[in-house]
Amino acid sequence: MYSEKVMDHFTHPRNVGEIENPDGVGEVGNTVCGDVMKIFLRIKDDRIEDIKFKTFGCGAAIATSSMVTELVIGKTLQEAKEISNKTVAEALGGLPCQKMHCSNLAADALHAAIDDYHKKQKVSG
Amino acid sequence: MRRVYLDHAATTAVHPEVLQTMLPYLQDQFGNPSSIYSWGREAKAAIENARAQVAVLINADPSEIIFTGSGTEADNFALSGVTDALDQRGAHIITSKIEHHAILHTAEALERKGYKVTYLPVNTEGLVNPETLKEAFTEGTVLVSIMFANNEIGTIEPIAELAQITKEHGALFHTDAVQAVGNLPIDVKQLDIDLLSLSGHKIYGPKGVGALYVRRGTRIKPLLHGGAQERKLRAGTENVPGIVGLGKAAELARLELAERQTHLTELREYLIDGVLSSIDHVRLNGHRSLRLPGNTNFSFEYIEGESLLLSLDLAGIAASSGSACTSGSLEPSHVLMAIGLPHEVAHGSLRLTIGRENTKEDIDYLLSVLPNIVKRLRSMSPLAPKGGLSHVQ
Ligand SMILES: Cc1ncc(COP(=O)(O)O)c(C=O)c1O
Repeated sequence: MYSEKVMDHFTHPRNVGEIENPDGVGEVGNTVCGDVMKIFLRIKDDRIEDIKFKTFGCGAAIATSSMVTELVIGKTLQEAKEISNKTVAEALGGLPCQKMHCSNLAADALHAAIDDYHKKQKVSG
Repeated sequence: MRRVYLDHAATTAVHPEVLQTMLPYLQDQFGNPSSIYSWGREAKAAIENARAQVAVLINADPSEIIFTGSGTEADNFALSGVTDALDQRGAHIITSKIEHHAILHTAEALERKGYKVTYLPVNTEGLVNPETLKEAFTEGTVLVSIMFANNEIGTIEPIAELAQITKEHGALFHTDAVQAVGNLPIDVKQLDIDLLSLSGHKIYGPKGVGALYVRRGTRIKPLLHGGAQERKLRAGTENVPGIVGLGKAAELARLELAERQTHLTELREYLIDGVLSSIDHVRLNGHRSLRLPGNTNFSFEYIEGESLLLSLDLAGIAASSGSACTSGSLEPSHVLMAIGLPHEVAHGSLRLTIGRENTKEDIDYLLSVLPNIVKRLRSMSPLAPKGGLSHVQ
């Protein structure tokens, strides 16, 4: 049902955890549908210096979270904004179609974290 | 890698003796039971033998057993066939919220045709309250269908009482006993049941064969139209090897019932104790004692069922879950919702169902991997309390 890449990210997720005093946090999903993804960012000079995630959800939800962190770590915020849920699914070698909607939200969580960062910048700057 | 199958409520392995009984009917004895020559007569005799074997298991008369193509078909046949036959008398049926989809979706199809359906609620343990059944009857109630035991949480319903109440209100009583047959003693006469569904592949028989018990004198119309098989109630050339296999499986279930019950209940209690004592923030779904001998169903807080299943599969263990991701819809299982679980707890459900070939070593193996799987998934979960959970271990 899942590609080898998905299983690899599920069994060896990259960048799991939280960042203390993060520069941005994004959370998407809800417990009703069974997927909650939370992304933590450390930003330096408009670049994602560090990224961590925590996810409640199925195999696809965990794998997409892990994949998105791998795709954007070290990237500029501009580059990160261009990553879509579709990019993430493709990087994983595809997802079963019933998973494309409910569990493929990792890029949304990333964008929410970037928005949070911008908001905090405005307040402090 | 060690492989442990703990999903016997989904399906079971064909018993070796069942297989041996079936083989001739896939080979030399391939005749059509409707034919008059020796091949046909032998096949016919084999079907009648199987009918008697199924009948004794539930204390029915052989003439009251109609073979079907599955448990699902038996359920469809019961609901559609009875309502069709009694449509002059009324257009209301009563069932429960925790039925298998074979019942629920048939009931919904009847609603689209204009029937009224009452879906009785269950309590937090999954029990239908006989008092709520009493209140649900209307003038036109023709049929009540309540499952003998639930396939997800294993709860055994008060069938004798529900059937009695139904009789007092002049309606027919059907029970989906697909999970109960072979696991619990069932006597349709003593319980006063009018119709009962069963299925081959849940009792170490083959897939794609089932039966509906229809009490003599009960009016029912066929689902399938065609030849005169099964007293014109189920057309289509009979699945002879399947029916022979179901018959043998029923015979073995009867002979081994007490032994199986003891074995399964022992392992079940061992599994439940093991899980509850080694993992925190877990609840046992269903009823503590009114429970199928081989059924366990847990909810692990803060984690989701499919990722649990994947992790168990990587360790060679087969299980199932009521999470949305495994139900094929966006909603978690209707059964877990009906017993009042919050969504996130329902998503974290795990059903482990034990079968005759499981051993204590199988359960020990499960107990040796499950706590770490739960711990790993919780360490990734944004819902788990900060600082982690204390594990009893
Ligand atoms: C309670 C219940 N009813 C009906 C069925 C359907 O039986 P079958 O798989 O033979 O169609 C099942 C099996 O999944 C079941 O557990």
